This record gives sequence, structure tokens and C-alpha cells, in this order.
Amino acid sequence: MTETIAVKADRLYKAFGRRPHEVVKKMKAGSSRDEVSSLGTAAVIDASFEVHRGEIFVVMGLSGSGKSTLIRMLNGLLDATSGTVTVAGQPITGIPAAQLRDVRRKNISMVFQHFALLPHRSVIDNVAYGLEVQGMGREERLAKARTIIRLVGLDGWADSLPSELSGGMQQRVGLGRALAADTDVLLMDEAFSALDPLIRREMQEQLIELQAELGKTIIFITHDLNEAMFLGDRIAVMRDGRIVQIGTPEEILTDPANDYVAQFVQDVDRARVLTAASVMEPVRAVVTTTGGPRAALRIMRDFQTSAAFVLNRDGSFAGVVRDRDVLKLVKAGDADLRSIILGDAVSVSPDAPLVELVEPSVESDLAIAVVDEKKRLLGVIPRVTLLAALGNVSTNTGDLPVIEPAATISVSMITETLRETALEGAAL
Amino acid sequence: MNDFRLPLGTIVEGFIDWITDTFGFFFDFIRAAFDGAYELVDFLLVTPPFWVIIVLAAGLALATRGWKFMVGTILGLTVIVGVDQWENAMDTLALVLVASVLAIAFSLPLGILAAKSTVASNIIRPILDFMQTMPAFVYLIPALILFRVGVVPGIVATIIFAMAPGVRLTELGIRGVDREVVEAGQAFGASPWRILRQIQLPLAMPTIMAGINQVIMLSLSMVVIAGMVGAGGLGADVVASLNRIDVALGFEAGLAVVILAIFLDRLTAALGTGDTPLGRILAARKRRSQQALAA
Repeated sequence: MTETIAVKADRLYKAFGRRPHEVVKKMKAGSSRDEVSSLGTAAVIDASFEVHRGEIFVVMGLSGSGKSTLIRMLNGLLDATSGTVTVAGQPITGIPAAQLRDVRRKNISMVFQHFALLPHRSVIDNVAYGLEVQGMGREERLAKARTIIRLVGLDGWADSLPSELSGGMQQRVGLGRALAADTDVLLMDEAFSALDPLIRREMQEQLIELQAELGKTIIFITHDLNEAMFLGDRIAVMRDGRIVQIGTPEEILTDPANDYVAQFVQDVDRARVLTAASVMEPVRAVVTTTGGPRAALRIMRDFQTSAAFVLNRDGSFAGVVRDRDVLKLVKAGDADLRSIILGDAVSVSPDAPLVELVEPSVESDLAIAVVDEKKRLLGVIPRVTLLAALGNVSTNTGDLPVIEPAATISVSMITETLRETALEGAAL
Repeated sequence: MNDFRLPLGTIVEGFIDWITDTFGFFFDFIRAAFDGAYELVDFLLVTPPFWVIIVLAAGLALATRGWKFMVGTILGLTVIVGVDQWENAMDTLALVLVASVLAIAFSLPLGILAAKSTVASNIIRPILDFMQTMPAFVYLIPALILFRVGVVPGIVATIIFAMAPGVRLTELGIRGVDREVVEAGQAFGASPWRILRQIQLPLAMPTIMAGINQVIMLSLSMVVIAGMVGAGGLGADVVASLNRIDVALGFEAGLAVVILAIFLDRLTAALGTGDTPLGRILAARKRRSQQALAA
């Protein structure tokens, strides 16, 4: 399968009440939700999105925003009043019930908020339920269910009843049941909302691990923005039945589409969502090891900074030099920068969340270097930038923002030194 | 104005007459079938010596509730033998069993239908109200006309009277199954029939069993009334004692009814909880064999 779109929703509407079709017709003609409330309730209004294969797509909204209705249209538990849903390239809106059941068996499974396990069946029979419905033989499905039970960490509980398990374990059964069905798409309806915060975090982490391992497409519904930000490759924010913004967690955080989203995201733990790459600044004071101390000193003077980033000849990040050290080196007439490179300069990967940068930033006034896996210098994060990003304030407050440690030696002194050493150099 | 009168009674009477004339063969068939079923069950209960039945009942009691219930059952049934009502009691039990089984056989599908379809529910509910609140004696009249004197009009009247709680509680039980669990069945592509069989019925079972319990209890109360149309059994003695103002006979026959009622009620109630001593033993054995299999 080369299809990259796993699930596609196109102009979906869902209305409840006495005359749903009329509600949708009026909404399309531009009526507001309140104007049509006498005819029925528009639960989902004009929702369009595409979910790529292998992606975690989070639909986030408060209760009553229509997210549960939306997810139930994606596997046909609720009929869309208008619009189409496509799963694995196959439209599922308006198809006969038998065909729809076939799609559910093969392409799309679901995890429920309150687990929805069959209470009269053992854990293993619950996990094997999807396979049973698919018509798989008993021995085969139990063998497969056993591997899934191991995968979700329920070893030794296979013959227990759901009521003998804690909430977190019950949801592992729910997750196992969906995974065992071996569908490409997993719908998760507030799957972790009924769990304790600690267990929830654990389940979130496990879900990400499983997703990386199995490459499932996951559509996750939640009202918890932190959960959305943690899990989502992309997030759709819903309000009053409409999708108000779709974007990556960082896009939503840094560029909210409207005041509602902005207000929503202001309480998010930004340190865990924003990554080094999203806040880093371009590097200005850069020298190469071959450039020599005089070039380094000149660059530091030009940028009025006390430190410069040093690159090896192959472009990889070598470390940082301080202006004092360079000055001494120049005065001593030494041409090799490598002897004074500070090896303890902190470098992080572009994916590192900001929370991991706080401690190194406190310990050293040097900017933190952001390097990729080939050690190439992508950018730097000065302490000021980090603070601004965490506090959600713009760094562009003035024409010349002070974002690097100020020079500790005066410009005239550097110039003087450069001139003197230049003469010496000429004399030699 | 005083001349005004709704001729409802006459209309119903004409209707019954018409039915008797038109569908007589049909009612003859039902009569034969119900009568045959009753005779068979009655034969099975009356033929063996009383102690065989008591032992069987005691075994049932032990399996469903434990030894206390077993002792109670033995004592109760022995009292029935002691007041010389054993044969009557077995006749009545046969009547209750046949009527209950038939009432349950009709009420379960109706209850399922009512749970699945709101339209069906809206149609069935007032009919049930009618069946349940109409004085029970009234059913006896058309039943008597259609099926003639004997056991069958008693069974038919009993079925009609006792069906309602079976339908109601089946509907209630199925509608009360956690929506999310039903959705889970749907989400994994299960057919409606499979959802009914594997999810809705098992989860509704305690409520449905409560309904079945009620059906049996109502059957028992009705078969006594059915004694008036010649259904025999304990009902016949109760009616006879009423006619003769015979306190002794009335008390003995009535006591036998009470003992039967308590036995049947406790028995079916235990089945409804799904937690019986026999069930526990079977579950433990199953678990052991599974563990042996897994090891």
C-alpha cells in the first residue's frame, strides 16, 4: 500500500434532533448554531482533515465540542449527516451495514474511555475479541492474544476477569484488544482520561513506544491539552463543533489561530512541548579552528560578544572560545585556537525539549549550542532566548536585542591588540 | 342521555364469537398441544414416588444455593406430602412449568424486539399494561370459550397474565447494558446478532432472570385462580375449600402453594445472580484446566 492518507474526513457535518438534514442545510447556508437550535443540535460542523499513515493525530476540545461525535463518524458508529469519511482509500459513508462491519474488522479499531471490556470474559478472551469477530480459529487467536498481552505488559493476567484489574490495567486490555485486531487505524476516545495522572503519563509513554514499534495510525481524542501536546504529531483543536486549528503542537503553541486557542494554550507546560529547534537563534560569532585567534578576536569585536563558537575543518562543532583567552593567545603570538577551546560547552539535539535546557543554562552563561546528529552547528540558545520562550514573551522587543553575553573586554582594547600583533606579525 | 351506552362488552363478545367460529381449528390445535405438554410434564412429576422428586429438588437446591436451601426444600416438600397435597402440588407444578416456559418463550423475543426498536416498544408497552392490569379472572372467560373447561384455558390465561414482567425486564435489561460495551462490539465489526448473543444477553442476564422469576411467581398465583376453570391441582382444592368454607383444606392447599412459591422463587433468584455453588465449582475446574493448558 502506497496510500499515505489513512483517514480522510471531507466536510463532515453531524446534527442531532428532529430534523438533522435541515440543520445542516441551514448551517451550510451560513446560519449560526444558535439560529438552528430549534431544529436540532449541530454537533460537528464542516470538519475536514487528513490523517497520514503512521501519525498520531489528536483531536482536542472541551466537553461538548463535538470531538466524540467526530471520532464516532470515522468508523461509522454514527452516520455523518453530510460529508464523506474515507478509510484506507475507501469511502465508508453511506455504505451498507455489512460492508461497514467489514471495514471495522479490517481497517479501524477503537479504544474507549471507560474501557468497554466484556465483563463476563477473561482478559485473553477480551483481547482476542476482534479476532474472534474476524472469524479466526480459537487456538490461533488465543496464541496471538497472548503475544499482545505480553506487548501491553499484562503477563500473568490472561485468565483474570476485567473486574479483578485496576483501571490502568483494564485500559491496557482495551488497548490490547484494539492492537490484536491488527488494523492500521486506531481510534482512541479519551482513552486515558479515566486514569490517575501518574498511570496516564505511563500509558501515554507506552502508547508512543508502541506506536514507534508498530507504526499504527492513531486518532486520539482528548480534552487535556498537555496530553494532546505530548502525544500528537498534529493536533486539531475543536470548539463548538468546528475545527478551529490543525497544526503541530509547536505551531499551535507558537502561532495560535485565534484568541480561543491562544487562551487555551497559555496554561500548557511549554518547557515540555517546545523543542530546542523551535527557539534557537542563528549563530553569529562563528570561527573555524583554521581561522586562527586573530580572526576570532575580530569577529567577537564586530559582534560585541565575549564568546565565539568554533567549528572544526569538517564543519562539526568543536566548542566555544572566550574573548579573554583569545586575547591572551593573540598577545602570546600563538596561532592555534584549539588549545583554548572550552570543551564543556553544552550542545543539545534539535529535538530536546526546553525543560532539558534549563539546568545547563543556569550553570553556564554561554549560549547552548544546537547540533544535529552529524555534530553540525544549527543554532544557539542564549539564556535570554530560553527565558523568553518559557515565559511566552517575544524576544523582538527592540532593534538590538541583547541575546548574547556582553563583551568583557572593550572594543578599543581588542582593536589595539589586533593592531599591535599585526605589526609584530609583519615584523616577523 | 341516559340511553347512551358504549357497547364495548357486546363488541368484544361478538369478536370472541367470530374468532371461535373462524379459527376453531387453530384453537383446537393449541388445545391439543398445550394439553399434551401438560400431560407429559405432569406424568413425569406424578409417576415417580414422591421421595424421588424430593431428592431431585434437594439436589437442585444444593447446586444453586447450598445446603441450607437444600434442608429447607426437603422440609417444605415433606410438609406437602404430610398434608396429603403431593399430587395436587405436582399437578400445579406441572401447570406452572408449562405456562412459565411458554410465557418466557413468548416474552424473551418480544422483550428483545422492544429493546431494539423504539416503535415496537411503544406498541408493546400499552398492550402489556392492559394484560397486566386487567383483572385476571377476565382472561378466564374467553379462554374458557376458546379452549373449553380443563387445564388449557388455565395455561393460556396464566401465560397472558404472567408474560408482562418477562417482556418488560428483558427490554429493561438489554437497554441497560453499558452503551460503550455495545459500541465496542460494533466498533470491532460484530453483527447485531453476535452483539445480542455475546454482549447484550449475557450482560442483561441478571435483569432477565429477575423477569423470569417474576413470570414464575405470577404463574403460580394465577394457576390457583385457574382452578376455577377446572385446571385442577392445588387451585381446585382452594376453590373447593372456598365453596365449602373448609378452613382446614384451604389452609393446607394454600400452604402447599406458599411452599412451592418459596422454592421456585429462591431457585430462580439464585440462577439470576449467576453465582451458584455449582457454577463456582465448574468455573474453578475450568480455570485449573486452562492453567494446565497454558503451562
